[in-house]
Amino acid sequence: MKADATLDCIGLYCPMPIAHTAKKLEELEKGQVLEILADDEGIKEDMPAWCKTTGNELLGIEEEGEQYRLYVRKS
Amino acid sequence: MAERESVTLVVFSGELDKALAAFNIAIGAASMGMEVSMFFTFWGLNIIKRNEGSIRSKGVMRRMLNFINRGGSRRLHLSKFHMLGMGTWMMKRLMKDVNFPQLEELMAMAKEMGVKFIACTTSMGIMGISKEAFIPEVDSFAGVATYLAEAREGRVNLFI
Repeated sequence: MKADATLDCIGLYCPMPIAHTAKKLEELEKGQVLEILADDEGIKEDMPAWCKTTGNELLGIEEEGEQYRLYVRKS
Repeated sequence: MAERESVTLVVFSGELDKALAAFNIAIGAASMGMEVSMFFTFWGLNIIKRNEGSIRSKGVMRRMLNFINRGGSRRLHLSKFHMLGMGTWMMKRLMKDVNFPQLEELMAMAKEMGVKFIACTTSMGIMGISKEAFIPEVDSFAGVATYLAEAREGRVNLFI
């Protein structure tokens, strides 16, 4: 998936990945896509919950071994 | 979101682990776009006391209390396995080991995200703690009505 920006959250535990995502997304324009790299398993549940609450769109989660690539579109 | 949802946390406990949990939730809520207020009361006041200098108060008993119960984010103990400081030191090491921020960093982060810190004036009065004892990040000094007025508007309300 093509992203406009990437955020590296490898090695960070909850709530840091969502906190950093919220901050990074402020820099993006509406409709742009942020790619987030994470390895805290909780992110699989947390990012959908975060998106549901904030109204941003979760485009997908890709698993690569013990790492995750998440795509969020700013709305 | 039509209206900003709000979260109120009553932080009654002054232990490191409970403070970490409280700030974790506060940061999580703030990053979900919610308005967060943390009401520090009783032992919870220890979390927001400044680390430097001494706490001055009037009367022998209050002076004694504030000497024993000095507080400050760097002096907090774990609620379990403090073991004269060994356990707490180890937990801080473990957190560092996995790049988890220390309490002071979480507090700074929460503040930066707009989380409000409110200190309970009743506890301050009983224990003889003056405003000068607290870190400058404290937004206001208030009582139960302030807390309830915010809590009744909120959807999430926790007592820690």
